[in-house]
Amino acid sequence: MSKPKVIIIGAGFTGVATAHDLALRGFDVVVVERGEIASGTSGRTHGVLHSGGRYAVSDQESAVECIDENMILRKIVPQVIEPNGGLFIAIDESDLAYAEEFIEGCNACHIPIQELTARQALEMEPNLNPKVLAAFTVPDGTFDPLRLALSFAASARKNGARFRTYTEMEQLIIDGQGNVTGVKVWDRTTDTHEEIYADLVVNATGAWVGEIASHAGAHVPIKPTPGVMVAFDQRLVQRVINRLNKPGDGDIVLPQRRMMVVGTTSFEVTDLDYVPVVEDQVKIMLERGEELVPGIRKTNVRGAYMATRPLIGGGSTGRSIARTFKCFDHKETDNIDGLVTITGGKATTLRAMAEKTADVVCQKMGVQAVCTTKEVPLLSYRDYYLQNN
Amino acid sequence: MSTPKWVVTFQIYRKKGNADPHFDEFKLEVSPDEYVLDGIERVWAFHDRSLAFRHACHHSTCGACGMRVNGAEKLTCITLIRDVTQDGGVLRIEPMRNFPVVSDLAVDMGILYTRMEMVEHQPVNSDAKEAIQPEARPAGPVGEEEDYIRLSDCIECGLCISACPISGSSPEYLGPAVLAGAHQHGIKGNEQLLKLVDSEDGVWRCHSAFECTAVCPSFVEPGWRIMDLRKQVIGERFKRLFRGSSPKIIDTMEASK
Repeated sequence: MSKPKVIIIGAGFTGVATAHDLALRGFDVVVVERGEIASGTSGRTHGVLHSGGRYAVSDQESAVECIDENMILRKIVPQVIEPNGGLFIAIDESDLAYAEEFIEGCNACHIPIQELTARQALEMEPNLNPKVLAAFTVPDGTFDPLRLALSFAASARKNGARFRTYTEMEQLIIDGQGNVTGVKVWDRTTDTHEEIYADLVVNATGAWVGEIASHAGAHVPIKPTPGVMVAFDQRLVQRVINRLNKPGDGDIVLPQRRMMVVGTTSFEVTDLDYVPVVEDQVKIMLERGEELVPGIRKTNVRGAYMATRPLIGGGSTGRSIARTFKCFDHKETDNIDGLVTITGGKATTLRAMAEKTADVVCQKMGVQAVCTTKEVPLLSYRDYYLQNN
Repeated sequence: MSTPKWVVTFQIYRKKGNADPHFDEFKLEVSPDEYVLDGIERVWAFHDRSLAFRHACHHSTCGACGMRVNGAEKLTCITLIRDVTQDGGVLRIEPMRNFPVVSDLAVDMGILYTRMEMVEHQPVNSDAKEAIQPEARPAGPVGEEEDYIRLSDCIECGLCISACPISGSSPEYLGPAVLAGAHQHGIKGNEQLLKLVDSEDGVWRCHSAFECTAVCPSFVEPGWRIMDLRKQVIGERFKRLFRGSSPKIIDTMEASK
């Protein structure tokens, strides 16, 4: 019997992680991606390997997902992670007042924290705002977004998955019953068109899932929500510095290579393919970042960019939306078979999102195979390109 | 109060399949404080959806968007338009040299990644091992016990290979990023790596043009590292000459210092 075949649309974090999971479970996998690996939201992600501390008060489901996946990623893909931890720091009275809820939340979500005095925090990170009142350590980290995606893609390829980059989905192929049986694609490297058929199509296009699903007449409640990130040309801290308060604008400063990145904002857009960087938001990042690490003022901006989060919207908007993920079987939601959508979530939870999606795929296709991605170490990101030769 | 807009003509290298390459022109209204990559992405988003180019992080950590801009190697995500052209000016965008073109501006990085793996370059490293000069080390707690792990300076963008005159004429030359990668890993006690570095296609092929160091967006200083590797190679050769090649003897000598 031949392997069941799945087409995944999108080679961002969820697409590559789902390809890896399904390939390990014995599926024949083809990934179609209009750009390169991680050229949409995933590549432009902030780069925080979240401990879950950010969500421990208001969004505990996400917080638990983050701490669990954080520990797994450290184990399976250490080659792309700066594992130096993070601090939540209080600068004013309102931050201090948040401390109690923060401690309770972290305890409830099994996030290991340690309280520091202001002096201890400044010894650890001398460039913090000297007005720091209190601090907590958390197991945050940072990662290289492209290399994280490539590591999953390399491992998927090793197990037979095929990646068709610069290959844009033009249409979903629909049979007489209205069910999805494949995709019509445009190969941008050769300017040719072709049809690819499969037993199932996974829509892993992040903020674009609504657009893709609409080709089949299916609906996904997605709220694309961009935010700005600004990179500065010096590394003044060695750990992720978070503001000890409810998630807000510009309240994370993270180190990466020789840089620091400050993020982010939260607003809504309709045109997803190009989101311009708004000058005023860059200024806000500088101002807010400076409250955590005053030395930022003396550094230079090295890059500024926008990434569009795929938030799953109900009635709420922006920061009030939970950061968990959801897998939609369109047979259940729209009575359209052959199409599964995965969206929401965070970079940190990419593996769990893939596990959930692969579970749904297995269940739909009657395949008995368990997920092994928690244990299988990923190949070097370089293997993705090595396999070209 | 935002800066006045410029009009800039993007002349972009195009290649599809076996067709002959050509340049397409796109006239864009830009802010001089935007990055070259922003303009290229807008060409794709609003003018020509067939344009193929590599990009991911947009802030110089991933190394995907290296291209030639008006004849010079640039990481386009951090190259301000105002630094490479003027109002009414031209931006000629070409793929990097010395890599096979996949399509348009996208090149196949396979050869670089293969060689980086060959020389055992470490993608994450302790900060102490990563820094080449103490004064270049970032500020922060850097005591011996308190060293931190960070992503390597080299982002494997390939710009140095594109700019290197030797890589152009001798494809088998390992190339600046790769030799810098060997330097970062260290050749001491690594027979295989030493052999690779001390070969015809290793450090001796470099003609000290230092184009690599000039275009490196990430402070790796490949030129300096190649020169330092040469010293190390000669040192290793001397060691062998006087001490014999038995590792056991070398160990004893080291221990008695």
